[in-house]
Amino acid sequence: MKLRLAALALALPLALTACGGGSSSGKSSAPSKKTLNVFAAASLTETFQQLGKTFEASHPGVTVKFNFGGSSALAQQITQGAPADVFAAASPATMKTVTDAGDAATTPATFVKNELEIAVPPSNPAKITGLKDLANTKYKVVLCAAQVPCGAAATKALTGANLKVTPVSLEQDVKGVLTKVELGEADAGLVYKTDVNSADGRVKGIDFPEAATAINAYPIAVLKDAPQPGLAKEFTALVTGPQGLQVLTAAGFEAP
Amino acid sequence: MRAPQGRVPWALTIPAVAGLAFLVLPLAGLLIRTPWSSIGPRLAGTQVGDALRLSLISATLATGLCLVLGVPLAWMLARLSFPGRRLVRALVTVPLVLPPVVGGVALLLVLGRKGLVGQWLDSAFGITLPFTTSGVVLAEAFVAMPFLVISVEGALRAADQRYEEAAATLGASRLTVFRRVTLPQVAPGVMAGAILCWARALGEFGATITFAGNFPGRTQTMPLAVYLALENDPDAAIVLSVVLLVVSIAVLALLRDRWVS
Repeated sequence: MKLRLAALALALPLALTACGGGSSSGKSSAPSKKTLNVFAAASLTETFQQLGKTFEASHPGVTVKFNFGGSSALAQQITQGAPADVFAAASPATMKTVTDAGDAATTPATFVKNELEIAVPPSNPAKITGLKDLANTKYKVVLCAAQVPCGAAATKALTGANLKVTPVSLEQDVKGVLTKVELGEADAGLVYKTDVNSADGRVKGIDFPEAATAINAYPIAVLKDAPQPGLAKEFTALVTGPQGLQVLTAAGFEAP
Repeated sequence: MRAPQGRVPWALTIPAVAGLAFLVLPLAGLLIRTPWSSIGPRLAGTQVGDALRLSLISATLATGLCLVLGVPLAWMLARLSFPGRRLVRALVTVPLVLPPVVGGVALLLVLGRKGLVGQWLDSAFGITLPFTTSGVVLAEAFVAMPFLVISVEGALRAADQRYEEAAATLGASRLTVFRRVTLPQVAPGVMAGAILCWARALGEFGATITFAGNFPGRTQTMPLAVYLALENDPDAAIVLSVVLLVVSIAVLALLRDRWVS
């Protein structure tokens, strides 16, 4: 009895989707349904979701689907043949993986820049004031691993300032650094300005002048095997245009 | 017992073969894509050695911890009757279904520097667990212990309790009965549970990176090294994966031959 119910429960949604598919493909007068697949760096999550809604509103019948993740991992997925229309990366190096593989249809355009900031718990227990404090081994400092863009930028800023920092952990992405600081496990971490903004008061951001030496540029490109090349170009135009810039700068990104 | 006679039921064998292929093909793919010619120099890097050593040590320590705490817990669940026993059993299996990252966050909230217990550990003894090898062991033990408890509890339930009763009537204390009668009786179950537990600890990723972070030589175990290598050097990640695969198969085969079958 139980088994039969389970089988029915499994079969029901299948039957329903089968019906749904049949009825929608039967009508030709309705606006054609299209899906645009955008692969974007994790730090673009909030802003791109907002831009995606704007795009859907101005393009009836179009659904924008996002795949947010570490830029390096996304680049790997694209070169391995993942069906993507647009790629927005958090560093030129990760975009280069895609262009080197011949997977980009357009020359990547830089649409925003992101600067590093020191993130500390709101009470700043270690009294961090600048980058040089991070070199103090008394404090627990968390950085991104050098393999991901935020880690590469951190390394660049620290070597540029001639500082040797011994972190307690090298996190897999910038959100990992943010979590450790938010929970008070780390005294300080290096993250993007936009991450401090999105943390909404759970961490405090401290600007440091050396950040200017390690600004990350975000490139965007339409991909060669894009199933929707026309829509991909339009979405890229929205992101690089004035409306996109407005949304992105409101979140703490800098104009290119 | 002999297998029932008759035709081979295709409705069972076809999905069975498909299931086998599903489990084995990805591993075969890993071996096919392995850059065998450059495997030597890639393995010579100190980071691989460090990560492998750390993985083996921490998984073994975690298994030790699970044995010390988990066997008595399994005994309690199998032999004592107390109110709320079913609830306790359900609680023990929670880490099995919980995403390991959530487990890591939970550990941080309790044992972290600002955590409920960790705060006290820090102020009273100056011990902080996150970002240390002890943290890795704890994260692995948290995720792996249910495997041991379930396996040992199953063995205890299946064991013939009349031997324990006989020992008790001859005047043995409960602890002596456990040590001299129960434990030898369920030794194969304990060993099987320990092996499962060790394998799970060796492969642990989510709770480890969340609770203990990632630093080469201190908290970077093999799965963490594989994940980070994948970011920019997939070939290195494949080599690391193959090493982990070979080591785990070798250890499991060795232990199984010696203890289980």
